[in-house]
Amino acid sequence: MTESSLIAADRPATENAAESADAILEMRNLSRVFTRQPVLAETLLKLAGRAPDIPVLRAVRSVNLSVQRGEVLGLAGESGCGKSTLGRMMTGILPASEGTVSYEGADVATLRGAALKDFTLGVQMVFQDPYSSLNPRQRVAAILAEPLTVHRPDLSRAQINARVDAALEEVGLDVSYRDRFPHQFSGGQRQRIGIARALIVEPQFLVCDEPIAALDVSIQAQVINLFLELRRKRNLTYLFVSHDLSVVRHMADRVAIMYLGEIVELAPTAELFADPKHPYTRTLLEQIPSVRNRKRSFSTVKGELPSPLNPPSGCPFHPRCPAAMPQCSVDAPQLQQIAPGRTVSCHLYDKDKTLT
Amino acid sequence: MTDQIKPSPVLDVRGLQTVFHDTQGAWPAVDGIDLTLYPGEVLGLVGESGSGKSVAGFSVMGLIDPPGEITAGEVLFRGEDLRKKSEEELRRIRGIALAMIFQNPLSTLNPVLRIGEQMTEVLSEHGHDDSAAAASLAVESLRKVGIPAPEQRIHQYPHELSGGMRQRVAIAIALLGDPAVIIADEPTTALDVTIQGQIIAELQKLQAESGAGMIWITHDLGVVAELADRIAVMYAGNIVEMGPTDAVLDHPRHPYTLGLLDSVPGDTVPGAPLRQVPGNAPPLSQRPLGCPFHPRCASASDICRRDMPERETDAFGRSYLCHHPVSQKVDP
Repeated sequence: MTESSLIAADRPATENAAESADAILEMRNLSRVFTRQPVLAETLLKLAGRAPDIPVLRAVRSVNLSVQRGEVLGLAGESGCGKSTLGRMMTGILPASEGTVSYEGADVATLRGAALKDFTLGVQMVFQDPYSSLNPRQRVAAILAEPLTVHRPDLSRAQINARVDAALEEVGLDVSYRDRFPHQFSGGQRQRIGIARALIVEPQFLVCDEPIAALDVSIQAQVINLFLELRRKRNLTYLFVSHDLSVVRHMADRVAIMYLGEIVELAPTAELFADPKHPYTRTLLEQIPSVRNRKRSFSTVKGELPSPLNPPSGCPFHPRCPAAMPQCSVDAPQLQQIAPGRTVSCHLYDKDKTLT
Repeated sequence: MTDQIKPSPVLDVRGLQTVFHDTQGAWPAVDGIDLTLYPGEVLGLVGESGSGKSVAGFSVMGLIDPPGEITAGEVLFRGEDLRKKSEEELRRIRGIALAMIFQNPLSTLNPVLRIGEQMTEVLSEHGHDDSAAAASLAVESLRKVGIPAPEQRIHQYPHELSGGMRQRVAIAIALLGDPAVIIADEPTTALDVTIQGQIIAELQKLQAESGAGMIWITHDLGVVAELADRIAVMYAGNIVEMGPTDAVLDHPRHPYTLGLLDSVPGDTVPGAPLRQVPGNAPPLSQRPLGCPFHPRCASASDICRRDMPERETDAFGRSYLCHHPVSQKVDP
């Protein structure tokens, strides 16, 4: 496995040209690696001219993706596939190791001053765990007012208070709760506070990282409905990261499936669920438990997600793939367009083959 | 809740009540539940956080520590009341004939013991003196749950295994004694769907071979729909509806069951609002009078605010606790 086989620099240009029409956020060859600091012995070895082998984890590998204004883009995959890392890079919380993120057409790494502020306020994040994402020692009003006191010095105290109350109302919380602490709320209510905090700076784009995974079923429905309502009222764009495909199906207009740091399939939601192309997508869809199925014999997918520290050669899914061919362990497939708006990264769809 | 066709239940729980004490009083987390489990059957015990489903499972095992206390009821295991047994007698049953699988395998496995040691420890606790035979039993048990190269795995520590592998080890330990009853408390909730599928498949196979009865505790209706023969739905310490899977899921009578089913995206029109159950489940110390579901229930009336409903049973062998059960037609 060589580096160049993993990072495909020359993707077909058509793939992005068609969808760049009105992209709010665009990612080009975006990668993120994590590594650790060398320990003392390794630093000494390096000084002695014998560079030690420090493991490198490639969490996101050469992702090309654009988010259209007003859409809900679902991002699904198993834990460790890099979906949260990608979401964090989109908000600018994590810098990219390689590649670019463009917001409204401008590379975010080059933004300064007012333009940078437009980006950081325009892209907000809702986190998975409503227990650890709120400061336990701040009252709700202080949590919600903080972004405004930092970023909007033009607003008076009274104006900020009015906005805090409006934000609480918008997410379905009683205004009288403004002086409570986070521990006085249930999980669903806390997630509403997290959403209100993201919305208070009037963003264009919300990155929602598993925002309902920590909630009970009946509360999940309430929060899903809130997201749908806010999208309609505020004309928001969402990246909806989730491992739960039935939630993604309900929320998203388009879905990207990630596996081991790469996007393996991208399609409009209805088409993806009606006719999944990538063997991994098919596998995932088969595994969704449904209240309509009864007494199923659970089929098993071979093996587990390989370690991103040591990814397989060729196609990252080949060791688990029911359709693997000899070439799959050698050549990494390229993301290719197979229908308008549909791309898949799999040798089954190489142009010289007619398999479907 | 009588059923003449089946053999005698392996587990028969009657009127089980478990309370938690605090300075204000004793609050029933499990409020007088009846459950039966037959050999070879999977009973899905469904509920949201705080509904008492896990406490029910722990109570059956006799694993309630202060401030919790089992205050009433019988737990008949093969006809004998476990509540009347001494701790010593319980220890001999628990872990061998009556096994439990927990949600988080990282906290159920001992981090400083190798896999093999944890397994043979269980066997020696239960009177297995031959250590070579115990080791080979451990390897065999790991092989049964689909762990590759078990001879090497027994020399590893839990942290060296993935989450799915750890849960398999926990299941292998639970299966060591060939249990008659397995209580699985959210065993796949922490796992990815592909690994969940693998684990459920293994458990289905093993259970079919051994004929053990299994109580599968979960919040995931999809999993129990595909796995369970019968479903019990818990809300605020009560089993509000129980019956054959098809009856409960296709024609629920309790408004809470219906609300849960409607909350799950699936058959719904994408992007359309989901039918939601309003409000939150009440905390243990603030359970309302009458039917505990009435503050969230669309069909609640005065009687619901005043009286706890009596259990009704219908022709499908399904029972429910509701003054105004959901009917196929709208009530006049």
